[in-house]
Amino acid sequence: MAKTFPVEASHILMFARAVGDANPVYSDAEYAAKSEAGGIIAPPTFAQASAQFDPDYGLRPKIGQPWFGSGRNPSGLQRAEKTESKGESKSKSSGGGGSGAAAGGLHAEQHFEYHRHLRPGDVLTAETKRGRTWEKEGRRAGKLVFSESVTEYRDQDGELVITARGVGVRTERVIENG
Amino acid sequence: MALSASKLSVGDTHEELVVNDLTRTQIVQYAGASGDYNPIHSDEIFATKVAGYPTVFAHGMLTMGLTGTMLTNYVGDGRLTKFGVRFASQVWPGDTLTARATVEALREEDGQHLVDLTISTVNQDGKEVVKGSATARIDP
Repeated sequence: MAKTFPVEASHILMFARAVGDANPVYSDAEYAAKSEAGGIIAPPTFAQASAQFDPDYGLRPKIGQPWFGSGRNPSGLQRAEKTESKGESKSKSSGGGGSGAAAGGLHAEQHFEYHRHLRPGDVLTAETKRGRTWEKEGRRAGKLVFSESVTEYRDQDGELVITARGVGVRTERVIENG
Repeated sequence: MALSASKLSVGDTHEELVVNDLTRTQIVQYAGASGDYNPIHSDEIFATKVAGYPTVFAHGMLTMGLTGTMLTNYVGDGRLTKFGVRFASQVWPGDTLTARATVEALREEDGQHLVDLTISTVNQDGKEVVKGSATARIDP
């Protein structure tokens, strides 16, 4: 991820709402200041929203570019192009939140290690390294290909604040709840 | 509000209903907040006609986020040192999820008391959708 990830109070508020978390430590500065946290902090999975600031993130429509979701047609891309774009969005998405379910790929695991919790005003940079890849024969989905990525989030002082490890899986067949 | 090592025992549990009748709108809300606009989560036409799923389904990270709400309500704010999950099954619109933490171990590291938890989130049919673990700092 080339660009920095500014942690902002309004973004934390929206993210907490989206995960159904009414805890005022994510939205009420006055309450948060008196709490143990000493001020607004971000919910534990917030680092995933770094995707917003990844210029190459493949799962966000880009201005002036075709998008693979539906419009006039079920997909904005032709079949052949779609396959190619799937591979592309997969590899790029793993540079964002450390994972992400690209079309045709699913998120298998996500792990966070907190060296400290994020606060509004933090400006993070993320560095993602590819980890292991392995295969498994699945009963429902055919061959499963797992790939791991590790993202280190550092703050404005260069301190490591969060280590995120994501595992993505690509399947041969669509998985339905069995 | 924070947990105390002296008041916890291995096997203690904390359970919360984290979403009742998950709506497509909440999935859209999560897409907007997280930045993951994969149409498989919000675009019914794409999800069914192109990707071949019965309908849209929640981001795994939405389910992890919902589970995290239970976790931080239990251990307190800013207390988590680790939180990890495996996505065991998909979460669909209409699902109702209950998240549970179970005390696995109580330990001390460099004078800091810690609790290790196992985590399980299940849907209305009792099917596990998220399985994981977490560690939090606790009071003596």
